[in-house]
Amino acid sequence: MALKIEKDHQRFRQIVKGKIRKDLRKFLTRGELLGKEGERMISIPVRGIELPHFRYGDNNDAGVGVGDGESGDPVDGQDGNMGPGGTQEGQHILEVEVSLDELADILGDELKLPRIKPKGQHSITSEKDKYSGIRTTGPESLRHFKRTFRAALKRQIMAGLYDPDFPIVVPIRRDQRYRSWKTVKKPQSNAVIIYMMDVSGSMGDEQKELVRLEAFWIDAWLRRNYEGIESRYIVHDVRAGEVDRQTFFRIREDGGTKISSAFHLCKQVIETNYDPNEWNIYIFHFSDGDNSSESDSRECCRMIKEVLLPKANMFGYCQVASAYGSGNFINVIHEHLDKLDGVITSRVNTKDDIYDSLKTFFGAGK
Amino acid sequence: MSIETKRPDLARYAKEIMEIAQNAGLDFFETRFEMVDFDTMQQIAAYGGFPQRYPYWRFGMEYEKLRKQHVYGLGKIYELVINNDPCYAYLVADNELTDQKLVMAHVYAHCDFFKNNYWFSKTNRKMMDEMANHATRVRKHIDRYGHDTVESFIDICVTLDNLIDPHSPFMRREKHIGGVEEQRAAAERAASQSSPGFQAKPYMESWINPPAVMRRQREAELKERQESKGRLPEQPLRDVLRFLLEHAPLEDWESDVLAMIREEAYYFAPQGQTKIMNEGWATFWHSRLMTTKILRDEDIITYADHHSGTVAMSPGRLNPYKVGVELFRDIEDRWNRGRFGKEYEECSTMSEMRKWNKDVGLGREKIFEVRSIHNDVTFIDEFLTPEFVDRFKMYHYRYDPATRRMVVVNRDFKKIKQQLLFMLTNHMQPYIYVVDGNYGNRGELYLAHKHTGVDLDIKYAVETLKNVQRIWRRPAHLQAMINEEMVLFSFDGEQSQQQKIHEDLPKPAHSV
Repeated sequence: MALKIEKDHQRFRQIVKGKIRKDLRKFLTRGELLGKEGERMISIPVRGIELPHFRYGDNNDAGVGVGDGESGDPVDGQDGNMGPGGTQEGQHILEVEVSLDELADILGDELKLPRIKPKGQHSITSEKDKYSGIRTTGPESLRHFKRTFRAALKRQIMAGLYDPDFPIVVPIRRDQRYRSWKTVKKPQSNAVIIYMMDVSGSMGDEQKELVRLEAFWIDAWLRRNYEGIESRYIVHDVRAGEVDRQTFFRIREDGGTKISSAFHLCKQVIETNYDPNEWNIYIFHFSDGDNSSESDSRECCRMIKEVLLPKANMFGYCQVASAYGSGNFINVIHEHLDKLDGVITSRVNTKDDIYDSLKTFFGAGK
Repeated sequence: MSIETKRPDLARYAKEIMEIAQNAGLDFFETRFEMVDFDTMQQIAAYGGFPQRYPYWRFGMEYEKLRKQHVYGLGKIYELVINNDPCYAYLVADNELTDQKLVMAHVYAHCDFFKNNYWFSKTNRKMMDEMANHATRVRKHIDRYGHDTVESFIDICVTLDNLIDPHSPFMRREKHIGGVEEQRAAAERAASQSSPGFQAKPYMESWINPPAVMRRQREAELKERQESKGRLPEQPLRDVLRFLLEHAPLEDWESDVLAMIREEAYYFAPQGQTKIMNEGWATFWHSRLMTTKILRDEDIITYADHHSGTVAMSPGRLNPYKVGVELFRDIEDRWNRGRFGKEYEECSTMSEMRKWNKDVGLGREKIFEVRSIHNDVTFIDEFLTPEFVDRFKMYHYRYDPATRRMVVVNRDFKKIKQQLLFMLTNHMQPYIYVVDGNYGNRGELYLAHKHTGVDLDIKYAVETLKNVQRIWRRPAHLQAMINEEMVLFSFDGEQSQQQKIHEDLPKPAHSV
């Protein structure tokens, strides 16, 4: 029986997708449910629409709890001394993989795939077997016990051979069900994404959280659609260095900002590892836009135009809002590189902007 | 589908448990159990417990969330019961038998609460039919005016659905004798004649109540009356929705939708006012009945597992089931042993208090009385004791901007109680009043927030005010205290504006 609520559900999904009632989109929220899968914490994204009400503001953060703890202890029960210099590993929260299908559902209509060009000697598609179907013949090792049992039960009930008080079910040959596979083709390409992040003093935890989310979705979106994508991570303040993925998202440094340092390193990474004739190269740079000097900003624009862009498919610049600094870099880019195809900029001020930012990056199908 | 036809075995248990509950003193409407699969259960839960609601995306949103919770094993709905006569309750088909028994015992206690608690006494007991009628009416409007139009209007109404006065159903106004005019004239006469001055011997009158002062007082009073006479509403009004219904220029179908949403808000209000009590009462009785009468040997493990899950506490979060059930147990115990009243309170030593037992056995009577007359606020106010706070290790926490986390502040009984009461009063909703429906003599609407220690959220207030204006059609204003300053938010249909309240603004801007 179809449920009545299906209609309401459909309508909600359509609003979320932006097909109808566009006036509600500004109230979209991206919440999450936290769960545990084995040892890992997982986060299940839940989208919602929060209509405004007259309600209390944030200076209301107090409550009553129960349990042990001295005055000054944090309420969430975690270890209290996990400041920046801590040696313990923090608890990572992984986003569940299913959320990627979800993402595809929601974003699929609006985002286009990057136009990855066939490059290099590798084949364009890769094949993969997925066990997704059921058939009546197959090797015993692939027998689907539950389905077989169900088929047998159905047959016995239909034939009147099933006695609820003596529930014995005996499968015969034609009840047997086996798992079957389908071959899935995925475009395979040589693509590399180079992420660069500004970790100077002005980038606080909040800014990094935004970068983390944005980068996560970029990564997820590309990986879902292409096999064999490589990622490289560069952080910089006045100097740049290459780091691994974990460090990239957790590092905290201080100091000034010299964006061109990262671009120099990026150029080196490309030149030593990724021949533009063989690889599709995507470059993303995240910063609060507070570069140390105007001349460096100009140098950066020159580098994008003359060095990086000729090698890369796309250069994406994402500026996160910060309490400090001018955030002027994005304006400099606009001024100097406005007409260049392949340079895309977006601003992210809150989590809610990430979706729009993704649309800016991928909406055009670069 | 009712359990009589689908699961006669469960129907037998339901009857048995009903009798046990009745013998224990519970008094409920006829209670009908329906058997549904988990998906239907999620639909009903998304509909707020009802099988039918008007078409609206918010129910779909709720449904999606519940379904995700279910799929990832993060939550499961065991029971759902509707305040209705007869009471309807739902059982999930694939739950274990022990769970079904537990749910039944729990449900009978809820029904008893619905029937006997004073705060539910004015709710519509035929709400199930009413909700179905609402659904039909909204569908009719949709057919006539279009889905987007009606839905957008519902969106507007829903953002205002907390602007009701949960106490208004209980106010009974004195019947007027004679017309309003006559009454007012009488009041004026009284005001002009009677001298509210001090009592004095006749020869001292002109010294104790100097005529000039008295005249000034009378004039001020009369002026005040004159001013309030023309004002609409005469007194600030908490039921903003009612005011809008009566005075806003709404189309017929719009009034119909707004009235519906207001009615539903009033129906759900007592459930918010008695969350701790209602769940506490139901948990108290399922645990009492299960452990003394209903459980069979094979049920014990499952029961213990699921019961402890229901009342589990996690740090930083108060579980209403747990707080409620323990308070009821505490009350029963205190009244059984006579641990109340002047004599007990005035015990001089702790050891004497601890040993106190007068064996008066009033516990049962007391808890039934408590469930009849209290709501969460009065319940906590009256029965939360320092011993209780101590026993359950309760603390008061607050956001610490330095570490950006919630931190324990202290275990001071007064602070904890104060915080709890604050959270329960008006269900954490701000108090908003209609002060003037003809502000500045321009037909503009003037709302005011009564500040009770916490500011309004500005971003939300601005958005919500837009919706007030959409209903009122003329500009709408909201006065609120933000960072210790009185601010006036305005929306005229195109532009939002906010300004500090200063002397030049027309009244009532700086008089409320």
